[in-house]
Amino acid sequence: MQTPAPCEYSRATSVDDAIAQLQALGGNARILAGGYSLIPMMKLRLANPGHVIDINPIEPELNYIRQEGNEIRIGALTRHVNMLESDLLDRTFPHIFRDAEAVLADPVVRNRGTMGGSLCQSDPAEDLSGVVVALKGRAVLRGPGGAERVVEMDEFHIGPYMTAVGPTEMLIEVRFDVHPGFGGAHEKVERRAGDFAIVAASAGLSIQGGVIREAGVACSAVGPTTMHIKRAEQALVGKAPSEQLFQQAGQIASADCSPNSDGRGPADYKRAVAGVLTQRALSRAAATALRS
Amino acid sequence: MLVSISINGQVYSHDVEPRVLLVHFIREYAELHGTHWGCDTSNCGICIVLMDDPNSDQPPYPVKSCTMLAAMAEGYEITTVEGMAKPDGTLDPIQQGFHEMHALQCGFCTPGMMSTGRWLIERHPNPTQMTDHEIRDGISGNLCRCTGYDNIIKAIRWAAAYIEEHPESARTAR
Repeated sequence: MQTPAPCEYSRATSVDDAIAQLQALGGNARILAGGYSLIPMMKLRLANPGHVIDINPIEPELNYIRQEGNEIRIGALTRHVNMLESDLLDRTFPHIFRDAEAVLADPVVRNRGTMGGSLCQSDPAEDLSGVVVALKGRAVLRGPGGAERVVEMDEFHIGPYMTAVGPTEMLIEVRFDVHPGFGGAHEKVERRAGDFAIVAASAGLSIQGGVIREAGVACSAVGPTTMHIKRAEQALVGKAPSEQLFQQAGQIASADCSPNSDGRGPADYKRAVAGVLTQRALSRAAATALRS
Repeated sequence: MLVSISINGQVYSHDVEPRVLLVHFIREYAELHGTHWGCDTSNCGICIVLMDDPNSDQPPYPVKSCTMLAAMAEGYEITTVEGMAKPDGTLDPIQQGFHEMHALQCGFCTPGMMSTGRWLIERHPNPTQMTDHEIRDGISGNLCRCTGYDNIIKAIRWAAAYIEEHPESARTAR
């Protein structure tokens, strides 16, 4: 039987109340959202917070997907099911969110699991984090006194299960720039439905006038964090989309990721799969971009 | 801490450690043993119960009760398999469907499977038209090691058809 270590429990009445509680508890507390990452971690005693602050009661404040100017903003307590079913998200970023959310865990988990929980768990095999990295999302962290800072994904995930979120800070929102002519895709190979990826690749392209203006490529489960394949992006921008170009980007992904051999497969296999999935995601992304 | 949870319309109040999981609250404190406890790792869906948010217009939705603290469930209405049938003993359509289509063998996954199946029917705009993919994907968080799933899918279809013919048996008004 797995049970978390002894801990205290409280509910937040607002974002600022949650942060005030974090501050009062001196860094010995964790924010509890959907619970599908933190509670298993607590049951395995990999996380042992002395106190959890339940933010589900403030869902109305933190569950939203909205466009503000040229940005899409997603609240930290937005559930996976909301992202899966959001027409705004699928219209703005076809079809990368829908791709990833459809294969992320299972519908029961997606009913409760959240954007903020996915990012703050910082599991390198998690699907949504790949999408956020590929779309170059920015995390909004709020700290005591309402002070906010905006952190790029490259600085947000600092290692497995480690993020830039300070002990008295809370992730409240993720922001994405909207690009015209966008197409995206998420490709995943898994052992069985709903499992963590053996390897996954997320790709987003903005194509205008037959030329790739923006490119985002990320691979999951092939490194200590979600791998941002920057060299592949550099190879893509400014070029006309072609299968040959995407194959080249896939080869870069294979070279630049750093998988470990484990029960899900040997490292050289994962390296090869990362290349294939990157190429596939890019060609689907391009097809979608050219239709949009 | 004192935790009070409404389960099947009855409020259970117990002084428990905050770390007590909902599945253990249901089984050990409320003494409702119909909710089973399986993998303990949020994979198998054996422990799924229905949770209704009184502030939401969505139908009650399935949660894995091994991955929720009991304290988190305060303020919600929980329905376990014991609360599915009508007070007069008439089975819920999903229960009847599992009976009609022989959708269980050992029965260990059945309470969770029926909870998820009930939700799939309630949330779908046209449940009798659910595709096989929709049902299979819908129950992908519930593992069954006996049936091979085919009869479970038939049972969910049976319940969807029954509810369409007998709208009064639907839990949520359409």
